[in-house]
Amino acid sequence: MTKGLIFDIKRFAVHDGPGIRTTVFFKGCPLACTWCHNPESRSPEPEKSTKHISLNGITFEKEEIAGREMTIKGLLHEVERDRIFFEESGGGVTLSGGEPLFQIDFCMELLQALRKREFHTALDTTGYTTGKEIRQITPFVDLFLYDLKLMDDETHQQHTGVSNKQILENLKYLLEEGKNVIIRVPVVPGITDTQSNIRSIINFLEPMHTSIPPYLPTSLPDVHLLPYHTTAKNKYRRFHMNESMKPEVSVNKEKLTQLKREMERAGFKVKLGG
Amino acid sequence: MMNSRINKLREQSLNAVNCISSERALLVTEFYQSGRDADVSIPVMRALTLEYILKNKSICINEGELIVGERGPAPKACPTYPEINVHSLKDLEILDSRKKVSFKADEETKRIYTEKIIPFWSGKSSRDRIMQAMDKEWLDAYKAGVFTEFQEQRAPGHTVAGDRLYKKGMQELIEEIRDTRSAINWESDPDAQAKSEELKAMEIAANAIILFANRHADKLEELAGKIMGDTGFEIRDDTSEIGNRRSEIEELARICRRIPANAPKTFHEALQHYWFIHVGVITELNPWDSFNPGRLDQHLYPFYRREIDAGTLMKERAEELLQSFWIKFNNHPAPPKIGVTALESNTYTDFSLINVGGLKPDGTDGANELTFIILDVIEEMRLVQPSSMVQVSKTNPGTLIERALRITKTGFGQPSYFNTDAIVQELVRQGKTLADARNGGASGCVETGAFGTEAYILSGYFNLSKLLEITLHNGIDPLTQKQIGPATGDPASFSSFEELIAAYKAQLNHFIDIKINGNNNIHSIFAESLPAPFLSLIIDDCITNGKDYNAGGARYNTTYIQGVGLGSITDSLTAMKYHVFDQQTISMTGFLDALEKDFYDYDEFRVELVYNTPKYGNDEDYADDQATSVFEMFYEAVDGRPTSIGGIHRINMLPTTSHVYFGSVIGALPDGRKAGEPLSEGISPFQGTDTKGPTAVLNSAAKIDHLRTGGTLLNQKFTPEFFDGEEATDKLASLIRSYFRMNGHHIQFNVVSAETLKDAQKYPEKYRDLIVRVAGYSDYFNDLGEELQNEIIRRTEQG
Repeated sequence: MTKGLIFDIKRFAVHDGPGIRTTVFFKGCPLACTWCHNPESRSPEPEKSTKHISLNGITFEKEEIAGREMTIKGLLHEVERDRIFFEESGGGVTLSGGEPLFQIDFCMELLQALRKREFHTALDTTGYTTGKEIRQITPFVDLFLYDLKLMDDETHQQHTGVSNKQILENLKYLLEEGKNVIIRVPVVPGITDTQSNIRSIINFLEPMHTSIPPYLPTSLPDVHLLPYHTTAKNKYRRFHMNESMKPEVSVNKEKLTQLKREMERAGFKVKLGG
Repeated sequence: MMNSRINKLREQSLNAVNCISSERALLVTEFYQSGRDADVSIPVMRALTLEYILKNKSICINEGELIVGERGPAPKACPTYPEINVHSLKDLEILDSRKKVSFKADEETKRIYTEKIIPFWSGKSSRDRIMQAMDKEWLDAYKAGVFTEFQEQRAPGHTVAGDRLYKKGMQELIEEIRDTRSAINWESDPDAQAKSEELKAMEIAANAIILFANRHADKLEELAGKIMGDTGFEIRDDTSEIGNRRSEIEELARICRRIPANAPKTFHEALQHYWFIHVGVITELNPWDSFNPGRLDQHLYPFYRREIDAGTLMKERAEELLQSFWIKFNNHPAPPKIGVTALESNTYTDFSLINVGGLKPDGTDGANELTFIILDVIEEMRLVQPSSMVQVSKTNPGTLIERALRITKTGFGQPSYFNTDAIVQELVRQGKTLADARNGGASGCVETGAFGTEAYILSGYFNLSKLLEITLHNGIDPLTQKQIGPATGDPASFSSFEELIAAYKAQLNHFIDIKINGNNNIHSIFAESLPAPFLSLIIDDCITNGKDYNAGGARYNTTYIQGVGLGSITDSLTAMKYHVFDQQTISMTGFLDALEKDFYDYDEFRVELVYNTPKYGNDEDYADDQATSVFEMFYEAVDGRPTSIGGIHRINMLPTTSHVYFGSVIGALPDGRKAGEPLSEGISPFQGTDTKGPTAVLNSAAKIDHLRTGGTLLNQKFTPEFFDGEEATDKLASLIRSYFRMNGHHIQFNVVSAETLKDAQKYPEKYRDLIVRVAGYSDYFNDLGEELQNEIIRRTEQG
């Protein structure tokens, strides 16, 4: 039986798609974003971390392992627990990571199993996968939460370690197919929040609806702006990582509202946070 | 919106200072000393006592108010009930000086107590009688903190007005009383004499309340006569005619002459009618909980509809009248207690829980226009009392729950949410008719009842975790060092978890037997010596049965024992199963040593207990199985056991604030909780142990069978941030609906951040109006003890 490496299962996830959801976090990611707030999700191997617990004023160190192998059956058992909540709220299951598509076989099998049991599925993805794989997976995904980080390929490579060429190709495919997509832009100060990057994102997405009558309000994908915050910093320490999280400052609220307004002017429905 | 009149009345109510009034105690004493009680039966004597109070107590009419009638001589002037318990001078001093919810007792009050009240009542109160009647076993368990006894300081109560209250005036009830009395079969009915006396008493009580209302009418007419020019009365915003207040007062006087003698005809009359009866019930005795108007939107709607359609009532006026009604409740704090409880128990609220929504008796949607007006009133008034709740049935429209959630989102601990469909099933399971069940709801904290037809008497909290401590000491209470339970074996000799459970079960059964024997004894004491003929007028079928409320005269009679600390006992049993028997990380002897030492030298083990042991509230069967196991044991021990007044014992799961007291009498527990700290409350997980989010909590909580209880209490706290946006409302509504689909009984939300609360602890003056849900009710955060404040801060923050 195929097994997947999972680093967390979060219930009552309310920012990863519609309704009340359970989000399954896959471990392993082909990207290495400098601002990554889930550094423990990068390596495709289980990892040790040190957690500090304090009780009665005494601090205890505790070893923890991030990442455990799970079967489809085990995962289904977990997500089944909240089925009533999904039904009442129009929620479902979100696959996130890491990058779920990095474990393509397991991801595919899980999506099929979820579809068979009539769960609404959302895939939170970097889009970094082959065109073949994205086509394979598409029929089993109800909603894509698609990351769009940097439009300039060179900068993209510099900050994430990979080229954005295939990512943009795949997104184009999904939008042209009329799939349900929400664009998620991490707003990282000085990196993704530049005027030119935001403009390029708008320019990239805008032509996507040219074939659809412009009076349809749904013709542009919704955009979620995800503000960068430095609260994940201590995770880097816990996982004994050499590098540190960059940048050092969280995004400020004014900047965020400004970007939101700019995208709204371009006709997008924008939400802050997931 | 609140107009200036309401604003002023609300401020007056908030600023009024609680004080002890000796008025009632003095009148009762005078009456008992007059010798008038000598020649009459006890029920008649009690009715005459009420009549004497209502005839002689001062009449209070507050400036600008639209509903009149106070229990004391002024708002928040709280009477005492020496026939139930006698406040000592020391009690008065504690009440006067305690930091939280103090009640001022001036020198004159203390003098009256010293000279008149204490000398006459010492040894004669029902509390004295109860303590004398209880056997050693009961007293030992009571002192050890195994259970509490509600009737020790309050009369049996816990009942709610039904629809009949608004449909019949006292004159009509008197007709019924006379008919029943004349139909008594003196030849064949062995209870003929008792019935006749009880009915005679009811008639006196009915006349007493008419007299009380007429005294208000007299006073109002007198006031109206004085309003000739500028009298300083607050005049309504929109007009500036002095005549307005006069005609208002004349109208009030007219109303007080008409009701409660006759059935109310107008919306205003209906509210005033209820209020007189409310004051009557809480003057006759101090029933626990306070009396309650129950399904207010259902009862008042016909009056509202008729008048709105006829054009004699404007929506704004209806709202203003309801707001005035709300203020009357806030004027009436819970009667202060005596002894240790005077020190410990300091709730302001007297648990009048107003129900809106739910079903009509025919099973259709009960939400109406008035439901939404009442919700507006709740939101605007933001008063701790009356408390409010929304009954949510699958039949109700989504707009009901959404409207209510918008109030929750403002950070006010009200309203709470109840599952009508579960309540109906709970009541039907207990043998109520479907229509009576649909007329029911919840009162007090979360207690299920058939409104207008049931006496559902709460008898006391039951300390489920204390029993484990006693089990682990082979029947000895480590606090008092007394053998108070059976010797169920040295735990070190237990070779399996099942043996531990068997020993626990034996202790539980033993103490439930003691509690039930005590309850039956106490019921008899009240039935014989402190009947409540006035309350009996209100609840069906006391008149038809010719039997007092306290003697089992109601159509349905239920006595509840309230299980406390489900989370704590579950986590404790789970920890023993996990560490001693399954994982064998420690021996039983080692574990007991850790408990004995309150985890001194066991810090690392305690970390394991707190952080690495399965806990209730995370939707893990390993732990949750112990919750259902304890629940079943408790249910088996109690449910169906008869009471001495023809009723039946049942269980519910709620703590009010007893989880703090119960924690204080228990040493370290196997769940890692240190000695003396509070237990978990209601069926909520122990503070901070639920780490999988609210859906997991709700799944865990739904594993026990709520339908076999008379109410369970579940608290969830969210930070205000969680409520940003309309989507959050939808998600919260889904959360509630999901829980209710699993037959969950009740859920309530605290919407405050821990930061806010900490700040409030530091700067109480800045948070005078900060209200939090405590456990089934809301209270001013500043009024809570520090322990309880800390506990609320610790409660897991979700979202």
